[in-house]
Amino acid sequence: MSTPMIQISNLMKSYKLGGEIVHALNNVSLNIDKGEFLAIIGPSGSGKSTLMNMLGCLDRPDTGNYLLDGKEIGKMNDNDLATIRNQKIGFIFQNFNLLTKLTALENVELPLIYSGLSAKIRREKALESLTKVGLKDRAGHMPTQLSGGQQQRVAIARALAGNPSILLADEPTGALDSKTSAEILLLMKELNEVGNTIILITHDLSIAKQAKRMVQIQDGQLFENEGEQIGNLTIY
Amino acid sequence: MAILQSIKMALRSIKGNKLRSVLTMLGIIIGVSSVIVLVSIAQGSTTNVTSQINSLGTNLLTINTFGTNLSLTEDKINKLGKLSGIQALSPVVSGRISVKKDRTSSQTTLTGTNAAYESVRNTNVSNGRFLTDIDLEYRQKIAVLGATTAQNLFGTENPVGQYIQLNGNSFKVVGVLASKGSSMGQSGDDLVIVPLSTAERLVKTTSINQVYLQGKTGQNMDLVMAEVQNSMASMYPNQTDNYSVMNQQDLMSTMSSVSNTMTMMLGGIAGISLLVGGIGIMNIMLVSVSERTKEIGIRKAIGAKRRDILLQFLIESVVLSAMGGIIGILFGLGVGKILGSALSMTVTFSSSIVLFSFLFSLVVGVVFGVFPANKASKLNPIQALRYE
Repeated sequence: MSTPMIQISNLMKSYKLGGEIVHALNNVSLNIDKGEFLAIIGPSGSGKSTLMNMLGCLDRPDTGNYLLDGKEIGKMNDNDLATIRNQKIGFIFQNFNLLTKLTALENVELPLIYSGLSAKIRREKALESLTKVGLKDRAGHMPTQLSGGQQQRVAIARALAGNPSILLADEPTGALDSKTSAEILLLMKELNEVGNTIILITHDLSIAKQAKRMVQIQDGQLFENEGEQIGNLTIY
Repeated sequence: MAILQSIKMALRSIKGNKLRSVLTMLGIIIGVSSVIVLVSIAQGSTTNVTSQINSLGTNLLTINTFGTNLSLTEDKINKLGKLSGIQALSPVVSGRISVKKDRTSSQTTLTGTNAAYESVRNTNVSNGRFLTDIDLEYRQKIAVLGATTAQNLFGTENPVGQYIQLNGNSFKVVGVLASKGSSMGQSGDDLVIVPLSTAERLVKTTSINQVYLQGKTGQNMDLVMAEVQNSMASMYPNQTDNYSVMNQQDLMSTMSSVSNTMTMMLGGIAGISLLVGGIGIMNIMLVSVSERTKEIGIRKAIGAKRRDILLQFLIESVVLSAMGGIIGILFGLGVGKILGSALSMTVTFSSSIVLFSFLFSLVVGVVFGVFPANKASKLNPIQALRYE
């Protein structure tokens, strides 16, 4: 068996909140292989966001190790983390987080700008990425001229543009109606089938169920019991 | 990330907020254009004065009297003309008189002098003739008019041969001087020149206010000046405080120090308004940073480094101030031109002041952009993403 793409072991992260120390992540260990479709489910306040920030290299753990493609993230400085985010992580947010003053194409180009590609290659890659999500013909539109589902597709195209190791989706359907949600989830499944590693973070069990593998986070601790009861939620 | 790309992004963001960008630039525009206008006017009058002084030649000495304690008399002054270094001299009696032609009347400067004045002061007659020795001898009631005075009294008519009233006495106009232009707000063309002997009667004085002396050559003027000072001291002992002997060099350095001070002062005042414009830029950039916190968060999440964000905001403020600078330069040149022709002032644009004020506006953009840009670059991406 090859080494997992993500190896997290004994991760600890705590915050001071009004003089009280909150253990947002308490001894979390998790391995994720290349090509997986993993859902992380948990109620608000469970440490879900902290885990996502950690996985997305936006934050560093207090103690513990996080190996991404064999590189230790915890020891990196801000600049190296930015490079890692740029090359290895594709973020998909709940409220899309597109830049409203840029067109769809320019939004998709943005991560490629920061990786220093030439304008021509950027354009090619961004168009290719938009084609993958089926929005090639909307390339020149501003985000405000697109529907919620289309905006999220542009955001997915942006996440895909740099050909990252993992797609990190934080409640990607949280701001969409159920029909559009289904479409987005279908797109993510398709992307997973062609080899993209996807980590889906949600509080919605029905959405988490779409993933191939599911872990639950509660009070900063991670549980993974396949086919068994997880907390007070029953799976399968 | 390429600088060109950053400039494109900055231009886009400036275009996205047109009104705000224009208002921000306004501070820089006003600053740069006022630096250019004020300094150009000051430099214009400097060059004007300098060229006027130069046109008199380097071999001119001037004796000025102060106060009423000392009265130079014509016969004593004429002795100075016998000094070896002196070619010619021309004493001047001056005063204010009223000049009248038909129903037009005005107050003007009366200059009573001799025939040598024409060559000593390098004065040219554009029409008619200048005073002659015989006019002085016979106390002729004739006058030579300055260009402006002639224009005021006669309009387009030819004044030569016509009569004007000086303090009620009728004088025949024999000539009109060529225009010398104005400097430091004083016209050199508004005057009436009459023979010295006639002027002494008109202003009822025999005391000479000023003497112009022409050296034989431009060389050794210091020596000639010492000669003049010596003989002045022997003719008027213990009066050295009441008169001064100056050569052109002295006059020039006095004038240039005055106009340099003026240039510095005007430039300084305008520079302050540029600084205030810079503070305006900083203010707007700070607002822009907090308004775009979310955008900064997104950019950081997808891989922008601190340097990228810093550059983005810094370039934005520099582009803003550079655009303000360019508009300000064009505006300043335009206003300078209009003022120059409307107020008939000499306005000298120097490329160095244009370049300086443009560079200064760039520096203002950098200096006042650094703080907001640094603030933006230091934002924590997690908090910035959460910001609404």
